[in-house]
Amino acid sequence: MYEVIAFYTFAILTILMFSIVVLSKNALYAMSALAGGMIFIAGFFFLLDAEFLGVVQIIVYTGAIMALYAFGMMFFDTTREVKEKIHAKKVIYTLAILSAICFVVILSAPIYSANLEALYPTIEGVGNIQMIGLVLFTKYLVPFELAAIMLLVAMISGILLVSDRMDLNITLNDDDEEREII
Amino acid sequence: MMIGLTHYLILSGILFIIGLVGVMRRKNLLMLFFSTEILLNAVNIGFVAVSKYYGDLSGQMFAFFIIAVAASEVAVGLGLLVLWYKRTGSTDLDSLQMMKG
Repeated sequence: MYEVIAFYTFAILTILMFSIVVLSKNALYAMSALAGGMIFIAGFFFLLDAEFLGVVQIIVYTGAIMALYAFGMMFFDTTREVKEKIHAKKVIYTLAILSAICFVVILSAPIYSANLEALYPTIEGVGNIQMIGLVLFTKYLVPFELAAIMLLVAMISGILLVSDRMDLNITLNDDDEEREII
Repeated sequence: MMIGLTHYLILSGILFIIGLVGVMRRKNLLMLFFSTEILLNAVNIGFVAVSKYYGDLSGQMFAFFIIAVAASEVAVGLGLLVLWYKRTGSTDLDSLQMMKG
């Protein structure tokens, strides 16, 4: 019973939040609504017995990604309303809804037709975090390492793209260069 | 009444629709990034739901890697967007038409 109530509450809240993100004219409102929606999605993960993923969702999405957006939006003029030229509204809406329905049908059809078998079945009595650790560091070790390298590359490129004076060496400066920087 | 896999898949589809409408409707690049996040999260819900109802951990693993991809996408994309805003003074998608033939 509690599961049903929780599911519908979180579902309505998430859909509301994400609709605000899509329809709002103010970038700041959209960002706050997106942060709220992310936390409600973490609620779904807790409902689905994926505690580790729920915690990761809260930490990474609302902690890291939203903070990154918030810092990034300091560079933009966020108080101004977002002006957009939109042509052919009806065509866009029908296209979006039709393609989404196609996606859902395509993705859910094989589940009903074929009997899926668990590749890495969950074991009774072992916690979710323990299981994830076991699977992640045995079967998915190489993708895990690749994800780490990808995050490193993304971090370096993010710093390099935004900062101005990365071509100057701060530790090996001559006096002239230092004066120039200051 | 029980909450089954179908409920979660339908919810995932609805959220995906919202994200798609956002991607097609918005012309602001920052809003496009937000819509992309919505799309990724909708897919994540579907993965985790399938993972639970089939007793298989692969779905959760994929959701985990999707979160990593989303984080790096935001870092690189936002860096490029800030650079573009410094150069042109707008984050509008129509300002990216310099290669129009």
